[in-house]
Amino acid sequence: MNSKFEGQACFHCGLDVPKGTLFIADINGTAQPMCCPGCKAVAETIVSSGLEHYYKYRQGDSVAIPELSGTDLPTNVQDELQLYDNNTIQKAFVISLQDDLKEATLVIEGITCAACVWLLEHHLVKQSGVEQASVNLTNHRARIRWHDDTIQLSQIMAAIYHVGYKGHPYHPDKEEQLLELEKKRAFRRLGVAGLGMMQVMMMSIALYAGALQGIEDKFETFIRWTSLIIATPVLLYSARPFFIAAIRDIKSRYLSMDVPVSIAVGGAYLASAWATITQSGEVYFDSVTMFTFFLLIGRYLEMQARHRTGRAGNALLNLIPASAIRIREGNETLIPATELNIDDIILVKPGHTIPADGIIIEGYSSIDESALTGEYLPINKTIGDSVASGTINVESPVQLKVTDVGADTKLSAIVRLLERAQEEKPAVAKIADKVASYFVASVLLTAAIVSLFWWSIDPQNAFWITLSVLVVTCPCALSLATPTALTAATGTLRQHGLLITRGHVLESLATATHIIFDKTGTLTEGNLSLKSTQLCSDLDTQTVLGIAAALEAHSEHPIAKAFHKYQTQTAKALNVELGQGLEGTIEGVSYRIGKPEYSSALCQQQLTYKDAPDLDGQWLLLCGTQSPLAWFCLNDQIRKDTPRTLAILRRLGLNVQMLTGDNSGAVKEVANALNIKDVISNTSPQEKLAYIQKLQSQGAKVVMVGDGINDIPVLAGAQTSIAMGSATDLAKTNADAILISSDIGRLVDAILLSRKTQSIIRQNLSWALLYNLIALPLAAMGFIAPYMAAIGMSVSSLIVVGNALRLTKLVRRNPVK
Amino acid sequence: MEIIFILIPIAIILLGFAVWAFFWSVNSGQYDDLDSPAHSILFDDDDHLIPDEAKQSKAHSPRD
Repeated sequence: MNSKFEGQACFHCGLDVPKGTLFIADINGTAQPMCCPGCKAVAETIVSSGLEHYYKYRQGDSVAIPELSGTDLPTNVQDELQLYDNNTIQKAFVISLQDDLKEATLVIEGITCAACVWLLEHHLVKQSGVEQASVNLTNHRARIRWHDDTIQLSQIMAAIYHVGYKGHPYHPDKEEQLLELEKKRAFRRLGVAGLGMMQVMMMSIALYAGALQGIEDKFETFIRWTSLIIATPVLLYSARPFFIAAIRDIKSRYLSMDVPVSIAVGGAYLASAWATITQSGEVYFDSVTMFTFFLLIGRYLEMQARHRTGRAGNALLNLIPASAIRIREGNETLIPATELNIDDIILVKPGHTIPADGIIIEGYSSIDESALTGEYLPINKTIGDSVASGTINVESPVQLKVTDVGADTKLSAIVRLLERAQEEKPAVAKIADKVASYFVASVLLTAAIVSLFWWSIDPQNAFWITLSVLVVTCPCALSLATPTALTAATGTLRQHGLLITRGHVLESLATATHIIFDKTGTLTEGNLSLKSTQLCSDLDTQTVLGIAAALEAHSEHPIAKAFHKYQTQTAKALNVELGQGLEGTIEGVSYRIGKPEYSSALCQQQLTYKDAPDLDGQWLLLCGTQSPLAWFCLNDQIRKDTPRTLAILRRLGLNVQMLTGDNSGAVKEVANALNIKDVISNTSPQEKLAYIQKLQSQGAKVVMVGDGINDIPVLAGAQTSIAMGSATDLAKTNADAILISSDIGRLVDAILLSRKTQSIIRQNLSWALLYNLIALPLAAMGFIAPYMAAIGMSVSSLIVVGNALRLTKLVRRNPVK
Repeated sequence: MEIIFILIPIAIILLGFAVWAFFWSVNSGQYDDLDSPAHSILFDDDDHLIPDEAKQSKAHSPRD
């Protein structure tokens, strides 16, 4: 019966079901394969609470929570959740509404589609005591309202765990609150401009019709006045950002696109107002409002893309735990991490993140420094060694004496290195900006010459002709040329899993010459996973995996974590031999797992790594007292689509390189498997940065793809940086783009689309310039009637927008020969 | 056509209401999540609301 599910993917999370394991869950009467007890437990919870519709509606697979290994949560997770019931800690993010009614906002990890939102909302509301739960698909935040005397916050968070997600308290800092306000303000501006535009358009149709077939003066004057009344708030409220930016740019002696936009909008409005009051000339209120509305749409979409990452602020905070255990005169007290002082003594339990830099004064343990160094195997530390905040204590409790807090910590030092790298970042030449500043200068110059000229021969008409020059050359098409193309391309890429957060990415991707990858977590999956199991006794695979998982259950070591999801029973009398392995008893029988030399000593044999089934990968041996039981092979696997992606990237003419802090044999193995010739290994964050700066000084345009905190300086220093979706928040915030889908093949789509975007921008700019070159002389000579100018402007803008819309489809990839 | 001297001011007043309603909806967070409501209407988790006789019988679904 095992063969039925052989080689299938897990029904819940979509990962491959490891060879020789069998977990089955009953979903809607059909047996479905599961990769681990964790997925099985989640699937069963979903079905038993009557929410199996989830599987029908979801798009893509769910994300598995590695910590979950059965129906009960592991104790360290439970302890952590208990912390959130503490009033001191709740103060930061929980609001008390009434006596016992509380409300909090949580950030939920693992949401991939609308079905996740549906599942979470329904599951949470079913918990007794939860009054309301609404989950936001856009920013992954859940707002939950509950009765504190019926259910505790920790129980709600455990319920979230049970359906396969993870919740963190959300407490926005000042900067984030400001961003939220800015976003709402921008949206209100857009709405006012839109409503105003529609009304003014209606009025102008009457005026145009009147111009063609005659209109009584009193009606014309009345309609002009109403247009003026409606256009005024659009100008004063909606178009304000353009004026502010233009004034700032003029002060810093730099001609940006905002300057001609402001002159055109402001000039056209003032002239129209003048015409309305004096009942002379022409009015351009329709152009003023339409132009404002179109430009605001572009800006709004651009801003939304920028905000989507939940910028800055919280990123650094997320690494540092919200609470710390302080020891004073023998008493342990739980305090918020922000209240720590230098020389405080703190206790850090295994599995917890270290809240401040310090020196170990009691105990020894291994510390996972992957957040700082990218190295995923923990490092052993003992009394007198210093540990850094943001790293994770893996094995046993230690007491620390705090040496640095807040801005003085090592983590903050990396952030400073990052800031420096950003300042030194080579600027990407923006065609549009260059074109804009020449264009602005020439338009202003022409307008000045034209007005002087007409002033000397016909002072009466000078003002109106100068104005028509400014309006006709109104840089509608020109200023829409770039933003529309960028917005369309950004939107397309976002739909396909690449989130662009900085404006220059599409330009710099198109001109890139080098693409440099980090190894762990970028080209590879970034964690050890069980690759295969080799039996050497008559026990079946599930039994030996169960034994191994029971032994490894309480260890947070990356090797142990690979087994966690198979746990079905518990072991007693556990004994850890640092760097060797573990020994424990299950139902009275002793077992050992670890290095072959260590394990085989239990059954009086002498096996070494040479006796493993093959020499690739990392082999562990499980032994009973009688004989060896099984070999397990662990490996950090190369992502499925990496080889194909690299091949296409090379064909596109990019120089593919690998830059890694690792210096183990794995580097060579990965390089060979992927056929990468340029490999720079064993580098520190500083050396990585220096390497790409050297490349860039030789004229290379570098794209850096990475994930860890150790990659952050190099991400900041490269012309374009792309962070993986699984990257640390800090890396994500500082990258120019984020690969949300784990499919690195999307990089190819991005490069192809960015090249197409460049050509479309060029077409748009050429068209806009051509239009202006034709219209400008005509206007300067006084040949252009206002309605002609309005039609010409709208048509040229529509052509530009239509051309940009061609970017809403991905460029087809040619298969590799 | 003198009627427009009344109709247009009325239109402007209505426009004022529209702007006020729009501001209110933005400020009360109606535009915060534009993605999930579009999907949630498609989740037919209303099985218990459909009368039994109106339900489509699974046995008769023509598949082959």
